[in-house]
Amino acid sequence: MSQHSRFKITRRALMIVGAASAASLGLPRLATAGRDGESPTSAPAADDKAATAEVAFTVNGVPRRFTADTRLTLLDALREQLQLTGTKKGCDHGQCGACTVMVNGRRVNACLSLAVMHEGDEITTVEGLGTPDNLDPMQAAFIEHDGYQCGYCTPGQICSAKATLEEIRAGVPSHVTADLNAPMKVTPEEIRERMSGNICRCGAYANILDAVQDVAGGQS
Amino acid sequence: MRAFTYERAETPQQAAMAAASTDHARFIAGGTNLLDLMKIEVETPAHLVDVNGLGLDTIENTDDGGLRVGALVRNTDLAADPRVRRDYGVLSRALVAGASGQLRNKATTGGNLLQRTRCPYFYDTNMPCNKRRPGTGCAALEGFSRQLAIIGGSEHCIATHPSDMAVAMRLLDAEVETVLPNGNTRAIPIADFHRLPGDTPQIDSALIPGEFITAVTLPRPLGGKHFYHKVRDRASYAFALVSVAAVIQPDGGGRVALGGVAPKPWRREDADAALPRGAKAVMARLLDGAEPTHENRFKVNLAERTLAAVLAEAKE
Repeated sequence: MSQHSRFKITRRALMIVGAASAASLGLPRLATAGRDGESPTSAPAADDKAATAEVAFTVNGVPRRFTADTRLTLLDALREQLQLTGTKKGCDHGQCGACTVMVNGRRVNACLSLAVMHEGDEITTVEGLGTPDNLDPMQAAFIEHDGYQCGYCTPGQICSAKATLEEIRAGVPSHVTADLNAPMKVTPEEIRERMSGNICRCGAYANILDAVQDVAGGQS
Repeated sequence: MRAFTYERAETPQQAAMAAASTDHARFIAGGTNLLDLMKIEVETPAHLVDVNGLGLDTIENTDDGGLRVGALVRNTDLAADPRVRRDYGVLSRALVAGASGQLRNKATTGGNLLQRTRCPYFYDTNMPCNKRRPGTGCAALEGFSRQLAIIGGSEHCIATHPSDMAVAMRLLDAEVETVLPNGNTRAIPIADFHRLPGDTPQIDSALIPGEFITAVTLPRPLGGKHFYHKVRDRASYAFALVSVAAVIQPDGGGRVALGGVAPKPWRREDADAALPRGAKAVMARLLDGAEPTHENRFKVNLAERTLAAVLAEAKE
C-alpha cells in the first residue's frame, strides 16, 4: 500500500457524507446503514459532523501520530495538539507570517495547511532551531540586534530569515534580483523583499535586517 | 470552517473521477487560496481530494523546444528553474512578483491558474456578490472598485483575476493540459482558459466539473527582452493595480499582456502589432472598450505609462 493511501476517515463520518451525496445524486454509493443502524438518508448534513483522519509527521525530529478533525490546520496541530506554542497564530490567513515553519526544509505558512496533508513530512518549528543554552545563530543575532519589541512575530521572522538565506544560496530569484541568470547575492534589498511575508507590528524591521545581515556575513 | 471528508488521489484520472462523483468536492494542492476561503466559508466543500501525491512536479523539455510544467510544480521551483530564468524571464519575473516566499513555496502551477478573485465583496459574506452567490447582485459596481476591472467585466461582475503568473502564461501562449473524469485529455489554450463573467460570473474557467489540470506547456522560447512590471500599493506582497508583461524584440515588435485590469489576463494580438508605434498606440487597441468606474479610471493612464516605462527600458 502506498504512503498516500494509509489514512483513514472514520467510518461514521464517511457514511454521513456518503449518504448525503448519494441521496442528492440519486446514486447507490455508500447507501448502507450507518454504524448505529440509523437510516443513511436521514443522516445529518455533513456540515454538522466532523470527519477525522490520522495524522503522522515528524516535528523537530520527534515522530508524532494522532487522530484529528480534517479541518485541523498544521498551525493548530502544533500549538493545540502538540503544545508547541513557539509558532504563533497572527492573522490565520497567510498574510502576516507569524506561523512560519519549515516543512521538509522549506518555509511555509502553517495556518494555510491542513495537518492531514503532511503525512510523512519533516517539520521544524522555532523550538527545533535552538534552545536557550544552545541558540541557533539566527536566534542569537535577533537578540544581539534587538530584532523585536513584543516578540510575537519573532519565531516566524527567525524561521523565515533562515529560509531566506538558504533560498538565496540555492539560486531562487526574487522580485528585486537584477539579473535572473547571475549568482544571487545577499543584499539589504534582497533580504527586505524576501522577508515581506513577515509583518512586524512593532516595526522592528531595521534591527531584523541587521540581524539577518549579521548571520549572512558570518556565513560568507 | 465547514466539516469535510478527505481523500488522497492515486492517479490524475482517479482524482478527476472522485471530484466529479462527489457532491461539493474540491481538489486541494497548495491550498493557500482554498483554505483561506474555507475559513471564511466563501468556499464550503464537503469533500477534499488531495492531489499532492500525484507527482506532476517536474519540468520537462518538449519535442518542439518548449517546456512542459507539471501542475504541481511549486511557484518557487518554476521561478528558479534555470531554463525558465534563461528563456522565459517574464514568467520567472511574474512569479516572484506575486505573494510571499512562504506562499510561493506551497502554491502550485495549476492552483495559481485557479485562484479566485480578491474583490473585497467576494470575501465579505455579508455583501451581495454574483460570483460568490449568483443572483445576489454586484456590490462592487457602486462600491469600492479601485482594485477592480476596467475592461472585460459585465453588469454582473467587475472582479479581476489576481494571478501574476497567468499574465505571463497568456503572453507566452501557454496551453493547459487536463484530464477529464472519463479519462480523456485535452489541451486548452490559455487565451480560452479563463472566461469573462457575462451573466455567469461564478464560473471562472473553461474547466468542466471534475476536470483536473495535469500540466501547463510553454511553446519554444520567443527570445527578446522580457519584462514584468507590477504597480501596486506596497513595494512587495500586494496584488497588482496594473501589471505589464512584455517581450520586446530588437526591431521594436513583440507582445504585451496586462494584469490587474480585467477578469482574465488581458491580451489582444492586434495590440501587439502596434508596439513599434509606442505605448499610446498599443493601449488604444488593448483597452478599446474599457469601462472604468470613477474609482479606477486611473488604471487607464497607469497601464499606458507602465508600458511606456517598459518600452523605454527595452531601448537601454
